[in-house]
Amino acid sequence: MKGKRHLYWRKTRRLTFALLLVWISVTFGTTWFARDINQIVIFGFPLGFYMAAQGGLVLFLVIIWWYNRRMKKIDIEFGLEDE
Amino acid sequence: MLRPLTRLQRYYLYYTGGFLAFIGALAVLEQHGMPPRWIGYAFLMFTIAMYALIGIVSRTSDVSEYYVAGRRVPAFFNGMATGADWMSAASFIGMAGTLYLSGFQGLAYVIGWTGGFVLVALLLAPYLRRCEQYTIPDFLGARYGGNSIRLVAVGAAILASFVYVVAQIYGVGVITSRFVSLQFEIGVFVGLAGILVCSFLGGMRAVTWTQVAQYLILIVAYITPVAILSYNVTGNPIPQLVYGEVLQKVTHLETRLFDSPAEVEVRQLFHERADVYAQKIMQLPQSLNNEREQLSIQINQLKASDAQMRDIVALERQRRELPHDPEQAKVRWEAAMFSALERSRKPIHHAEAFPGDTEAEQNIQRINFLALIFCLTVGTAALPHVLVRYYTTPTVHEARESVFWSLLFILLLYITAPAYAVFAKHEVLSHLAEIPIAKLPGWVTAWTKVGLVSIEDINLDGVLQLAELSLNPDVIVLATPEIAGMPYVISGLVAAGGLAAALSTADGLLLTITSALSHDVYYRIIRPDASTQFRLVISKSLLLVVAVLAATVAAEKPGTILSMVAWAFSIAGSAFFPALVLGIFWERATRKGALAGMVVGVSLSLYYILRVEFDSIPWLGISGFGMDPWFQVQPTAAGLFGVVAGFATIVVVSLMTQPEPGGEEFLTKIRLSNGKDA
Repeated sequence: MKGKRHLYWRKTRRLTFALLLVWISVTFGTTWFARDINQIVIFGFPLGFYMAAQGGLVLFLVIIWWYNRRMKKIDIEFGLEDE
Repeated sequence: MLRPLTRLQRYYLYYTGGFLAFIGALAVLEQHGMPPRWIGYAFLMFTIAMYALIGIVSRTSDVSEYYVAGRRVPAFFNGMATGADWMSAASFIGMAGTLYLSGFQGLAYVIGWTGGFVLVALLLAPYLRRCEQYTIPDFLGARYGGNSIRLVAVGAAILASFVYVVAQIYGVGVITSRFVSLQFEIGVFVGLAGILVCSFLGGMRAVTWTQVAQYLILIVAYITPVAILSYNVTGNPIPQLVYGEVLQKVTHLETRLFDSPAEVEVRQLFHERADVYAQKIMQLPQSLNNEREQLSIQINQLKASDAQMRDIVALERQRRELPHDPEQAKVRWEAAMFSALERSRKPIHHAEAFPGDTEAEQNIQRINFLALIFCLTVGTAALPHVLVRYYTTPTVHEARESVFWSLLFILLLYITAPAYAVFAKHEVLSHLAEIPIAKLPGWVTAWTKVGLVSIEDINLDGVLQLAELSLNPDVIVLATPEIAGMPYVISGLVAAGGLAAALSTADGLLLTITSALSHDVYYRIIRPDASTQFRLVISKSLLLVVAVLAATVAAEKPGTILSMVAWAFSIAGSAFFPALVLGIFWERATRKGALAGMVVGVSLSLYYILRVEFDSIPWLGISGFGMDPWFQVQPTAAGLFGVVAGFATIVVVSLMTQPEPGGEEFLTKIRLSNGKDA
């Protein structure tokens, strides 16, 4: 019992930290190089501007969506789903 | 695949339909000559009446309903309510303007205020829902045990929320004074009434359902004008898709205009003016006396000659309005000097990231940009009025889902704001710059009267140069309907949207403050045996007191909205984020560690804001304590230091103190769904 709980928490934690890393690289990584990637033009926008104004935000949404999907699976795997 | 609509969804569908019909009816009435002022009143009355209706229908005397809406708000609606709760007057009115003024640099707000929700989703929301408490101080109290941490948390929650709520009520004052021509102070108290009708009777339950209603209004109001403007300019009504193209045009115009001889001349003139002020400040108090004497001589000359009385009165007033003493003169002239200096600088290109002449300057901009993002994300994930919304969903899974919906609904506005800024800039560069001042479009004159636009023809050529125009950031959203030549009903709609944004946030904040006081301080600490009925009485009376207090402060017009709100982020971020995250993810965090971390974090943030932002506090009689910023970081990002110090302190102190056995049970509960046995 205890071991199974432990595994659930380990899986949750691993997913959380992996996605957190993705988030950090989007939020701080791309932004750090905004000046350099501004040379590239995408949909008429300079890329650095685009990432800060739209691209990054959509990626944030994708991160949360992915997290929810994976967590739902993990919950079911461990019989912890709601209701 | 389509599921039948739930009862709630049907209600809100009718409501949205009703609102659109209301706008349509007003548009028709305007065609038939309804004066703008009445349209403003109609919007004000109609929306506040709707909120009041929802507020009264949702009245409750149940404690769980009052604090956490009975924990039965579906994810989708909780997302909408969080959207309204989250998007404040600053987001609705101020942000597009900030983006207009600072171009790329302003995008820090866009990324920061959305990115924070990833932290909420991954690190906080599911765990808060599992612990089944009522407030954020409650959570910390349950995790670490003891009243001291609860009190510190209450203090920090109130500090952050109060600053924020004042900014909201201030925003209501600005909107009502502009659109229904109420006096600012009266507008503030109208706002107060609007806030109380939502929250007083029904607490969180009423606030939730009015916030959903307010979200619908604010998003329609935000997107409509810029969609029409986009259609006018580019032929495509989806501004988010096409403004890249407009941005390119803006860049071309900028390159052409910035170095035109007239612009250079105007900037030079402003620079000279700044120099004159600098000299006058250096020669205080002599320069002030000189000025007064010169005015007196002029007045006497005029009196001796046959001059018009009007001219004499004007000069006398000028003399009366001179600073009374060198101290005041210094403050005023410094402000004038900085404003002239500001205008003398070469403007920045809108799309340029981290603008600066040298590599070092660019790096300062970059560091500040990232520091601000850090503060805003962490602050977002730590503001109690947002976090408490994730207590209200029926299940843990729905808490996670509702963060997704929250971000989606918030995104709609934040993705639109940069488009506002670019379209406004396009308008200014193509239709205002190099135009004779007498022939400027009507909206410029209208907003000059309110004082949000000012024009000074410093080189006296009768033509507007960019440096001669100064725009208050708030004007971008407020004036877009007029810029696009839309009927007044759209302006009224924008006002209603701004009002909804300010009221919904203010409601959430007020509730946070009062539940911190009534639930955490009164019930948990002072009188744990108080009856439910009495607890609600206390809660409601405190709500009234705090609301009136906030309105009174707002009526004094302190600071600018955006910088005040940014302080709240630093305060909340450094107080709560480290203690919450380590409390969930690190078993070893102890009460003493958390307590020390919170105190150190908040104190450092406050210390930094105070010393860098101000040089003196007149009412305490302290002065001359200003300091240079560390690593060139602006005080709006003070939380950077506070949060890092908070984390470090919690880790160090926890390792130095004995581990506490009590936390284990709590951690098991919040880390595993439902408390079911696995």
